[in-house]
Amino acid sequence: MTLSDNLEKDLNRISRYRATAGVNDFAIRFANVNGTGSASANNLLLKSIFRMGVPVSGKNLFPSNIQGLPTWYELRVNGKGHTARASEFDLVVAMNGQTYKDDVASLKSGGYLLYDSSWPLPKELMRQDVNILGVPLSNLCTEPFPEAKERVLLRNIAYAGAVSALLDLDHQIVSQMLDEKYKKNERLRSSNQIALKIGYDYAKANFDCPLPIRVEPLGANANKILIDGNTTAALGCVYAGATVAGWYPITPATSVAENFLKLCERYRTYQVTLPDGTVETKRNFAVLQAEDEIAAIGMVVGAAWAGARSFTSTSGPGISLMNEIIGLAYYTEIPAVIINVQRTGPSTGMPTRVQQADLMTCAYASHGDTKHVLLFPADPNECFSFAAKAFDLAEHFQTPVMMLSDLDIGMNDWVVDRLEWDDNYVWDRGRVLTSEQLAELPKFLRYSDPDDDYVTSRTLPGKDSKGAYFTRGSGHDRFGGYTESPEAYQDVVDRLTKKLQRAASYVPEPIIKSKPGSNLGVITIGSCEAAVLEALEILEEGGVSLDYMRLRGFPFDQSVRKFVDDHENCIVVEQNRDAQLRSLLILDLGVDPNLLRSVLSYGGFPLSTKTVVEGIEDLIKD
Amino acid sequence: MPSIKKPLIPLAPLPVNELGLTLRDYEGGMSTLCAGCGHDSITAAITRAFFDLSLPPEKIAKLSGIGCSSKTPTYFVSGAHGFNSVHGRMPPIVTGANAANRSSIYIGISGDGDSLSIGAGHFVHAVRRNVNMVYVIENNGVYGLTKGQFSATADVGSSAKKGAANETPPIDPVIMALSLGATFVARSFSGDKGQLIPIIKAAVEHKGFALIDVISPCIQFNNHEGSTKSYHYVREHEIKEIDQVYIPPSGEITAVLPEDGIVRVKMFDGSTLAFRTLPSNYDPRDREGAMHYVNQARLRGEIPTGLLFIDEDAPDVHELNSTTDTPLVDLPYESLCPGSAELARFMEGFN
Repeated sequence: MTLSDNLEKDLNRISRYRATAGVNDFAIRFANVNGTGSASANNLLLKSIFRMGVPVSGKNLFPSNIQGLPTWYELRVNGKGHTARASEFDLVVAMNGQTYKDDVASLKSGGYLLYDSSWPLPKELMRQDVNILGVPLSNLCTEPFPEAKERVLLRNIAYAGAVSALLDLDHQIVSQMLDEKYKKNERLRSSNQIALKIGYDYAKANFDCPLPIRVEPLGANANKILIDGNTTAALGCVYAGATVAGWYPITPATSVAENFLKLCERYRTYQVTLPDGTVETKRNFAVLQAEDEIAAIGMVVGAAWAGARSFTSTSGPGISLMNEIIGLAYYTEIPAVIINVQRTGPSTGMPTRVQQADLMTCAYASHGDTKHVLLFPADPNECFSFAAKAFDLAEHFQTPVMMLSDLDIGMNDWVVDRLEWDDNYVWDRGRVLTSEQLAELPKFLRYSDPDDDYVTSRTLPGKDSKGAYFTRGSGHDRFGGYTESPEAYQDVVDRLTKKLQRAASYVPEPIIKSKPGSNLGVITIGSCEAAVLEALEILEEGGVSLDYMRLRGFPFDQSVRKFVDDHENCIVVEQNRDAQLRSLLILDLGVDPNLLRSVLSYGGFPLSTKTVVEGIEDLIKD
Repeated sequence: MPSIKKPLIPLAPLPVNELGLTLRDYEGGMSTLCAGCGHDSITAAITRAFFDLSLPPEKIAKLSGIGCSSKTPTYFVSGAHGFNSVHGRMPPIVTGANAANRSSIYIGISGDGDSLSIGAGHFVHAVRRNVNMVYVIENNGVYGLTKGQFSATADVGSSAKKGAANETPPIDPVIMALSLGATFVARSFSGDKGQLIPIIKAAVEHKGFALIDVISPCIQFNNHEGSTKSYHYVREHEIKEIDQVYIPPSGEITAVLPEDGIVRVKMFDGSTLAFRTLPSNYDPRDREGAMHYVNQARLRGEIPTGLLFIDEDAPDVHELNSTTDTPLVDLPYESLCPGSAELARFMEGFN
């Protein structure tokens, strides 16, 4: 079969099948080989659609591998703003022979399949009910890009060009994006532009562009940015005034610390001229790459003990290692901020896949009786504000605070409201005694609580010997002294219980959306939000009305209890096998377990709307 | 404070240091270690060295892990902040504290179990980072609090109280630190305050990580015949061929060494260390030479003590990081937050 034969067939298919979705409402799956540079092409398309003012999301489903294994990128465009992960696709760009079979199966009937037609159509890709678009990407790139390595990369930009023509993307925007990206490298700029044009021109010349699935400018993104949660979390730490970070590389949290370093190099450095005339760049921060996660949290606790705002970023395995020192910080009452970008456990699990399965281990991390303040951001915007808030809470309550983000929020680009910062913000350092305050005291007693605040005054080393005390993780009394007395020990740990109870009213309040007359509630958390909200809309169209509550902090406030009490039954939607959020509600609020049912997703891909709709429908049927 | 209670009112006026403080001001709570424990002698040496150096108590931060040795920071300088953390994790806690406040004087007290077993990974990385601190290993070859198990420094053939001999090769913290690029490596003996006190002083003045491995016999579980960490054994096998004198910045030379074959090392703060060594070609600035010397002595069954190696030129953790001179804890919030206008500029990259 010649190239033109293929073409003719493809064109016929376009006209034979109607698209299943439509304008500003479709999903695309790009099937690529890891390490071939496809991310640039896929991001180019995501960002171009964003700039056209249309709500869009990009989910990178990547392997724990540097080169060679399959990787997918899913792009969902939805004018109404529903950008949870799609479960079926209207267009599949099949660039990976290893996964042809699955990729073509994920395509909706009547959808479009784009493949590299430099070679005959592989039999795995043959499907009668879809439109096949062959673009001879490799052949088209052979002449302009004789070097093999470069050709592999630019073949991706060529398919982006073809897709941009098929979807009717604003060519000006797409092309300008490449100019911006490669403004410092003319050679790359020009080769990328050539590749883009190759694909674009081919699609324009050979297919009936645009397809029924296409993008129309909308203007919905005027006050939005397209950003990932690890960048915003790092930014939140900078804005909160964190000066020390201790960290150990781990997927998917690495980019929090790396971004913090980059941001600090941008905002927290100054230059001095040394006596010998050389210029040195001085840093108002210290980012310490630790030998392991135990050391990372140790550095955080040491720095916080000395009085700095300090944090670490990690994921599940790191939390496991940090447990002992988290308990130390809880018991000695030292602030610590931990950003946990959750991935799939247990053990190594699936490092590049998402879950919300660290809820229980974080809520009660470490041996002995402990309990910790948790924050649950749902998107990169909240990663920014919650990261900053975590420092205020940690220092106010002198205790570890963990922000539980996840891989989907942390590593994927989300369209979110622009970040806001109040220049009148005053950091809450908590009860730290100054030398003047110490002078007025007959004696400094670290853990005594004369005014029943449950938070006691602390002092910082290096400042005043009157404030000197001995911090110890061993049994201590209200004066800070070593004790093995049951009463003196209980006196301190009972105060800690009350302190954590008080923290419940300081964590961000839940987001509640109620409808009149609904007696069923849905409770969810974090990155589930987009899928759950869309599911509730779909269910309502089908006549089922449900109230909504998204939890944003732990311990749970009374408003959480009230929501549960106000409903006959609640369905808890979360991304783990063991219904950990449901367990926390039962443990922390004493909710009757019979009142809480579960919809669970824990395969490692971001939650899809379909999973939520079908899960809730199944429960309602019972 | 060693485990002898002192009269509340001193019988004679106590000598004062440059800050007008007495030795009592550098003591801490009563020791709860066993009578005769080598660790108490080390505590006394630290107390004396800090008094002599006139260190402001509030500028001292004393940290430890878990174990008998790690209890001792409560026994000196009660006017200093202390932190008895978790087993083996003192080095990262000091690293963080030092990053946050570089103006304090950090002393970490550890043991052979704490530093060379559970916390070995942290110990080696604190050495590599050249964290500016005094790091004392109170080395007795045995786990005391859990009643007599061998530690990683127990020599092959050394026997436990109940008779069983250790068969696994020991870790020598001095050799390990030298090979890791440590910038100050000393070994001493808790029974020899005359040697230990000047070494502690030099360690305080050293810029960077100063290791003092102090053999400190465990009176209860490792001081019997057959142990290579007993008072008797160490006294028999110690070789003191390296003699060093610490001379404060403006200080008079009080102990004079014969000038022939003397090596002088200028310290960061202007003080001087003067060395006289018996092997006449021994240079305490020669890392390879120091490793060879310690190894050869070990093969002969000897324990060389003294300040074995020093490098005052290597960059410490803050020079490596280019940290600002102001302690990070003292930076005002305004100098740390870029503000809302900058946030708007930053977001232009995400439009």
